Amino acid sequence: MRKTDVPQDARPEYGGERRALYAVDDSGRYATVPSAGWRADAIVNQQAVEEYGRLAAEALQRAREGSASALEFHMYDRRMELETLAQVTGLWRWRVRRHLRPAHFARLSPELMRRYADALGITVEQLGKLP
Amino acid sequence: MNAPEKAAVFEHRHAGHCETGVSAGLLRHHGLELSEPMALGLGNGLTFVHLPFFKVGGLPLTSYRNLPGAVYKTLAKTLGFKLHRETFRSEAAGMAALDAHLVAGHVVGLQTSVFWLPYFPPTMRFHFNAHNLIVYGRDGTDYLVSDPVFEHPQRCAAPDLAKARFVKGALAPKGLLYYPERVPAAIDYARVVPRAIRRTANMMLRTPLPIIGVRAIRFLARRIEKLAQGDSRYARLFVGQIVRMQEEIGTGGGGFRFMYAAFLQEAGERLNHAALKDASRQMTETGDAWRAFALAGAKFVKDKKSQDFAGLSAALNACADREEKVFRFLLKNL
Repeated sequence: MRKTDVPQDARPEYGGERRALYAVDDSGRYATVPSAGWRADAIVNQQAVEEYGRLAAEALQRAREGSASALEFHMYDRRMELETLAQVTGLWRWRVRRHLRPAHFARLSPELMRRYADALGITVEQLGKLP
Repeated sequence: MNAPEKAAVFEHRHAGHCETGVSAGLLRHHGLELSEPMALGLGNGLTFVHLPFFKVGGLPLTSYRNLPGAVYKTLAKTLGFKLHRETFRSEAAGMAALDAHLVAGHVVGLQTSVFWLPYFPPTMRFHFNAHNLIVYGRDGTDYLVSDPVFEHPQRCAAPDLAKARFVKGALAPKGLLYYPERVPAAIDYARVVPRAIRRTANMMLRTPLPIIGVRAIRFLARRIEKLAQGDSRYARLFVGQIVRMQEEIGTGGGGFRFMYAAFLQEAGERLNHAALKDASRQMTETGDAWRAFALAGAKFVKDKKSQDFAGLSAALNACADREEKVFRFLLKNL
């Protein structure tokens, strides 16, 4: 990649920060060149963000219909999935899966509620609610 | 806010990648001038791995770099410095130890999660727990952070940093804090460069399983072709993940291939070795091939109508061919 080929597709979400890419100048010497962003990179990043958004929206719908617990929505909303949530709480996957069901979630002990809330970085009160 | 309690003099340098940037930064602070590409090359950072059964967010792991922590460890062995590492049972102990180091004027590296660092743009915050950064001081309740993948130094509030250091799960940092000790004053490049290149070339060319090295690239190319028969949304997520690992997750572009080319160039100049300089140019072309693949991958993700599986697979195989050529050239001409 030549210095002049370093992409400069503005990414407003970077907040003015740039990333360092390695590129060669006219004499073929390597150095880091700050890049404002790359179109290709923006597309795949947006895809990953939107995938969690889609999962959260579907979970929200299910939670409102009463077929899923609020925990499922908050899990995707914090960009986690079953595997990750089980790991950060230190609970078995089958237990977490049960807690995604409204009946089990409603009976959770305060201790477990706190564990989930801490792992998700929200308050216990927020955990019980839907937006 | 209190006056600065203590901030060591530390020069922030913008880098392509967190671990190589932190390694180079810490060694420089200890008097050993080492460029980021040298840290990558001598630390054996470059690789290609595709693990079909190890899932991250439901997708197989693809990586252009060695395991987290491997660069730093390999560098210590190669250059002969001592690795000081501390992990902690409790958040309180970990934060107290960090404060004690800062009061003593030390500059330390930390392993953290990306998700809980508030200075990261929201769209970049995912649950990846093996990020590396340098803390060089404290100002009231804020820590002064030199995060090499950011252009400028950052600040991080104490509760956020504590959360980021003590997150649980895969690659949990356990508050890992590290710095080099007994750092040598100089590097014998003539001794360490050929060994390091040979190690990387062997990893790329001579692995028994098709999940590491050039064979893994070809394996992935075949898998992409087979995706044509499955769910198209999954195919797009699968491809998007690969491109993200290559370009988004701080690699200096082209999945570390440009940074490695910079390493070969610097090594060639230091040792006055024409073949290394030639290999650097070949590696640049390899990086360009990876960029072409990323562009094709992004198009594949965005344009749902033209799903060119064969074209993507061919672009990947082109990368594999170039990598094989340049590493064989290196082994022959070292």
